[in-house]
Amino acid sequence: MEVALFILIALVTVVSALLVIIRKNAVSSVLFLVLTFFCLAMLYVMLGAQFIAAMQVIVYAGAIMVLFIFVVMLLNLGTDQKWEITGPVRKWMGFGSAAGILLIAVLAFRGMQSPTTEMDTSIGTVSSIGETMFQSYVLPFEVASVLLLAAIIGVVAMISRKPVDATTVEGGNES
Amino acid sequence: MDTFFLIESVVKIFTMIAAVMGLATILTWVERKQSAVMQDRIGANRADIFGIRIIGLFQPFADAIKMITKEDYIPPFGNKVLHMIAPAIAYIPVMLLFAVIPMGPPLEIGGRIVNTQIANIDIGLLFIFAFGGIAVYGAVIGGWASNNKYALIAAIRTSAQMISYEVCLGLSLIGAIMIYGTVDLSQMIAEQSGHWFGWIPRWGIFIQPLGALLFIPAAIAENKRIPFDLPEAESEIIGYYTEYSGLKGGLFMMTEFIEMVLISALFSVIFLGGWNVPWLEYNGFNFPWGGTWTLNIWVVKGMQFGAYFLKVAVLIYFFTLVRWTLPRFRYDQVMRLGWRYLFPLALINLLITGIAVVLFA
Repeated sequence: MEVALFILIALVTVVSALLVIIRKNAVSSVLFLVLTFFCLAMLYVMLGAQFIAAMQVIVYAGAIMVLFIFVVMLLNLGTDQKWEITGPVRKWMGFGSAAGILLIAVLAFRGMQSPTTEMDTSIGTVSSIGETMFQSYVLPFEVASVLLLAAIIGVVAMISRKPVDATTVEGGNES
Repeated sequence: MDTFFLIESVVKIFTMIAAVMGLATILTWVERKQSAVMQDRIGANRADIFGIRIIGLFQPFADAIKMITKEDYIPPFGNKVLHMIAPAIAYIPVMLLFAVIPMGPPLEIGGRIVNTQIANIDIGLLFIFAFGGIAVYGAVIGGWASNNKYALIAAIRTSAQMISYEVCLGLSLIGAIMIYGTVDLSQMIAEQSGHWFGWIPRWGIFIQPLGALLFIPAAIAENKRIPFDLPEAESEIIGYYTEYSGLKGGLFMMTEFIEMVLISALFSVIFLGGWNVPWLEYNGFNFPWGGTWTLNIWVVKGMQFGAYFLKVAVLIYFFTLVRWTLPRFRYDQVMRLGWRYLFPLALINLLITGIAVVLFA
């Protein structure tokens, strides 16, 4: 039962991840990326990491991808954008990417072994993650939040800057 | 996974779908009738079966037949596949959210405790945030796939509004999460049983009044209803599902009503004590002035089910009243309300709650 579910989800994950790069229409690429994130969240649930799964959907599928889709829709990309590479470069690129995939596959499968210990399902609950985050690793967590705060302040500083050039040009034209 | 669990889950899923869809269907009639009452009209009362009218209660059936038999028009230059699945993308996440909403108190059937939640998962409220965030895709994709400039603008308006108010919605509930110390909805209700000083029910609204007050506008904005119905704005500007007709347009409309049931259930679970009735305990009423009224356990359970349903129904009625009382906000007003007033207030609420939890717990 669980294995069948895993195979199904893994299949959908891989196929939708492939479709992200195969599809020419940018909007459907983004939507397949959302589907991929969803499937990843389901895999997290199967591993007992419910909190991570919820965060995956809230942050990636729910927030970041909405911004992606915004940008893609507003840019209004055509579907027939061709980017053809010809000649020997194309051949070498194919070789290069195939070798890269092989390398990754070898590295991934080399250390693989069947799980020996029983899975601890309580490790991914909200309370256990909260305890880990706010008791054992409270300092790294706070450092990360300071980093985010700095990013927020940076954004506010950037958008609140007056468009100096536009006003001076406009004023110059009027006077 | 034993057979009992399987049967239990199937029964719960069917009960939930029937209850939610039934409520949403009746809501279409309630909304018409309520608007008629408030505008001094009679309202929908003509739909009949063999001359039996029962104050127009057959109207939802007539509506359904009308929607099914209408032409299903697909804009020729839009994206046909996405146009087709957009209503489903709007509808499915909202229906999924009911998996974690409790239907009533836990029952004891044949010596085992049966939770009335379909899925009793640890992340409860986070699940709701997750799929609530997904619901915006339906509107965005629907507007984009229609290949209509105005629908696309409406879709962008929708997503801006929904993303803004999602923040307020989440922040208004985090205070309650801090106090209850859990995100599991049935555990939240359990935390709200009992009384302060022996007579005030321990409901969330008494300890998180600001959170409850912020939840309501944020939830209405997420629900895309008046006064926040800029995404649709049926009377003036063009909405994101303008290019939808027939059952697909109906699905968008139905989603709105289902969301109304959802936010009412959520509010009553988090702030109104769910199925808790003041002074009602497992053996009957224990009045603060000393009297007791002993009741059978099944009568108590029935009263709790009834109380929960009553709370949800009253809240739904309240949302209909709001819809027919207030005019629509302008777009900049909606954004200002969300970011300049609700958001800081939610942060202040969070700060006060945090200090209080550290000091008193």
